Amino acid sequence: MSVSDTGAVRLTDHRTQGATPPATQPGASALSDEKSPPAVRLTDVSKAYRTGRGELLALDCVSLSVGTGEFVCIIGASGCGKSTLLNLVAGLDRPTSGTVETGGRRVGLMFQEPALFPWLTAARNIELALRARGVPRQARRDLTRELLLTVRLGGFGDKRPHELSGGMRQRVAMARALALDADVLLMDEPFGALDAMTRDLLHDELERICAERTLTVLFVTHNVREAVRLGDRVVVLSSRPGKVIAEYPVPRHGPRRIDSAEVAQLAATLTDRLREEMGRHGH
Amino acid sequence: MATDQALHGLDNLELSDVTRGESRAARLARKAWAATWPKLLAIVLVLAVWQLFYLSNFRGDTADHLLQSPAEVLPNLWQQLEHGLLLQAIGTSMERAVDGYGLSLVFGIVIGALVSRIPPLRAATGSIITGLQTMPSIAWFPLAIILFGGSTEAILFVIVLGSAPSIANAMIAGVDYTPPMLLRAGKVMGLRGLALYRYLILPSSLPTFVAGMKQAWAFAWRSLMAGELIVQIPGVASLGVLLNSDQDQLDFASTISVMIVILIIGIVVDGLFTKADLAIRNRRGLLDPALT
Repeated sequence: MSVSDTGAVRLTDHRTQGATPPATQPGASALSDEKSPPAVRLTDVSKAYRTGRGELLALDCVSLSVGTGEFVCIIGASGCGKSTLLNLVAGLDRPTSGTVETGGRRVGLMFQEPALFPWLTAARNIELALRARGVPRQARRDLTRELLLTVRLGGFGDKRPHELSGGMRQRVAMARALALDADVLLMDEPFGALDAMTRDLLHDELERICAERTLTVLFVTHNVREAVRLGDRVVVLSSRPGKVIAEYPVPRHGPRRIDSAEVAQLAATLTDRLREEMGRHGH
Repeated sequence: MATDQALHGLDNLELSDVTRGESRAARLARKAWAATWPKLLAIVLVLAVWQLFYLSNFRGDTADHLLQSPAEVLPNLWQQLEHGLLLQAIGTSMERAVDGYGLSLVFGIVIGALVSRIPPLRAATGSIITGLQTMPSIAWFPLAIILFGGSTEAILFVIVLGSAPSIANAMIAGVDYTPPMLLRAGKVMGLRGLALYRYLILPSSLPTFVAGMKQAWAFAWRSLMAGELIVQIPGVASLGVLLNSDQDQLDFASTISVMIVILIIGIVVDGLFTKADLAIRNRRGLLDPALT
């Protein structure tokens, strides 16, 4: 494995732990070490599913902590249990063993599909999340307007989901997740179904919104460049079972672009690492 | 900011409609004509077949007025409407239809909600509900008459047994087919218990439910007509009573007139349900805009 020669990229590879001391401890980023306590902490989390032919181990002893305000991207090939991981953090499912702690923080979840309610307008979709939270009527209206402005859909509150484009729907879904007043935003390939141009713009938007609201984000993607473009740290999971095999802190020098040399360079390193992992299953 | 502007531009590009040079009035007229001409054609075809049938005189009884042409029957229908008895009969039958259908809605919704919520109840009754649907409504009448005598209640009983299963089944299917993705989204939002039903499961199942309501109406209307032919209450004019007496008098024209009325009521109510169904699907983007 080649370590980036710029020196800007610090790299932890758990396979080499015995030989060379890692630059960062697994499960702890530089950011969370220095600044704040973790917002999300997974300790030795395993998840097994019962199937017709026995048990399927989706996650195997995953330990990971995400600092408050940190943006962590998780990548891995198919079958790495990424969605399982998010479901556990969201509390939609329980781990077979190990613990998931979010310290009582509100957790929002976004999927690849916007999953908006098709019988409600964009504004009503957002308002329903507020209502479920128990926000009173007048405050709901104001907050909804504000959230629509946040995702730059000010004039589109009256539209129904099917009247909006894919990117706009995903922004309504983002507003709905924000309406839960979540401190932690879990995103399961949220831009996976969008065209590249829309995705680039939404990356900028997501970055702006996270900065405005000090959100902690756990972002799952198949797209290595997207992970490097967005993350403060990229975590690589192995496949079947899912296990943390490497972590890459991403240095930040001002605004990032998906087509910058820096992003491309780290993305190449990550892609190599992923291919190596996929190759293990080639026989 | 550049991102902001690019995003707004993209939004507008994706939403702008391609409009053809056609005024609103012209479009409405075109749509109205497109909806009307097939119906007119159908009526003309039916009248033509009827007239041919009459002209063929296949049993040789045209002279006895046992078989009459549209030209004789349609004035009869008009006369009956003017006379008032037919209108009174329509009133009675419609009242029974509305009462019976209303009761079916109540029973169907309650049973559907209970069965979809309580798994053991569902295992026990799921196939019974479907079984009830296949039972011809006329087979219920002996029991209905034993229980309620020759009364309106007997007719309502049969209507409810005929159409409530469709309502219950539609309710259960609607709940079953709530998209799992939306359920996940609802749970993340914190919707649970009754709120989950009120804000997610029930609205999501509305299209299936309306389809069930439409089917239930067809069952209710058929059960009612069967019931009115069998259960005749003295002194009360209903469509069934008119049909019976016309049959007794071998009055071809009046019989056909009443049948036309029954058919038209069925078609009109069915049309209303179809309209409601289309409106709901349109609101949810479930219709192909190219086809509407």
